Amino acid sequence: MTSPTTLPQMDAADDDLATLCQAESWLEAGRQVAIARVVQTWGSSPRPVGSVLAVDDRMHMVGSVSGGCVESAVVQEALDIMVHGEPRVLEFGVTNEEAWSVGLACGGTIRILVEPLTDEA
Amino acid sequence: MRTSTISQLKRARERQQSVVLATRLRDGSEELLSPGEESALADAARDALRSDRNGAVTVRGEEWFLQVFNPPLRMIIVGGVHIAQHLAPMARQTGYAVTLVDPRAAFASAERFPGTELNHQWPGPAMAELAPDQRTAVVALSHDPKIDDPALQAALQSSAFYVGALGSRRTHAGRCERLAQAGVSQERLQRIHAPIGLNIAARSPAEIAVSIIAEVTETLRRGDPR
Repeated sequence: MTSPTTLPQMDAADDDLATLCQAESWLEAGRQVAIARVVQTWGSSPRPVGSVLAVDDRMHMVGSVSGGCVESAVVQEALDIMVHGEPRVLEFGVTNEEAWSVGLACGGTIRILVEPLTDEA
Repeated sequence: MRTSTISQLKRARERQQSVVLATRLRDGSEELLSPGEESALADAARDALRSDRNGAVTVRGEEWFLQVFNPPLRMIIVGGVHIAQHLAPMARQTGYAVTLVDPRAAFASAERFPGTELNHQWPGPAMAELAPDQRTAVVALSHDPKIDDPALQAALQSSAFYVGALGSRRTHAGRCERLAQAGVSQERLQRIHAPIGLNIAARSPAEIAVSIIAEVTETLRRGDPR
């Protein structure tokens, strides 16, 4: 992973802004990009509110929104959202059958905002 | 999200400014809020900034997600010793911008500390320049009173959220005596975490660095019990 030069002294790995900068550089390279962020959690959840995952149209990922349990489902939605352009709020939890199948094993519920990255003014 | 928003976030980071990104969940429209503004949304943003917490809020019937972008945490390490060589990269991975203070250029060298900002002034002027704030941890490791004492004196006058010093209980008792004679109050001396680090029976320099990072993290997240 290339770490953005605008953020001296910081390792990129856990920094939300560094993740957004990576997303921006993908867009500049001509790829389509979506940004997913955890907006709410109930019960136990592996990543806190505000955690960021960026995805491009080749399914490259940087950052995370869970310990890995819902990332694949989020990436599938993200691929659709970066094409259609409308943001969407996804909900995963043990009461939700889809979440059960993607395996939110920790027993919590999370809401994730997924939106396209655009360079429109 | 717009790329122009990311550019603004980067500018705020470069200027060490705190900002809140507000995103309306219904349609993804976004606003960048700074502490000074006046609106119901800006009030909510101020609360988020103060508690350094991201979260969803409802303002005038609309649901917004507020994400706080604070300047990075800082760690000032005093003394370019072996433990510091392990601590600096660990601190960076944990999210701290690290500055090493040591007037001895042979200790605080770029070879020994790749990627770490080096400050070769004596701790007095160095600390005045670095101005530790409530998002700063100060860790004194030099084991040399000429270097550690003035750094600790400055740290205890600042609002640094963590102040720690390497040394045994006996070393620390001697240090407290010297600092008290220099006019530091008992109340302030109580703020020093010493012996430094959580007690995990650490032995090697890397293990001691782990114990320091753990204690700094606990103090940041749980608050200082002292």
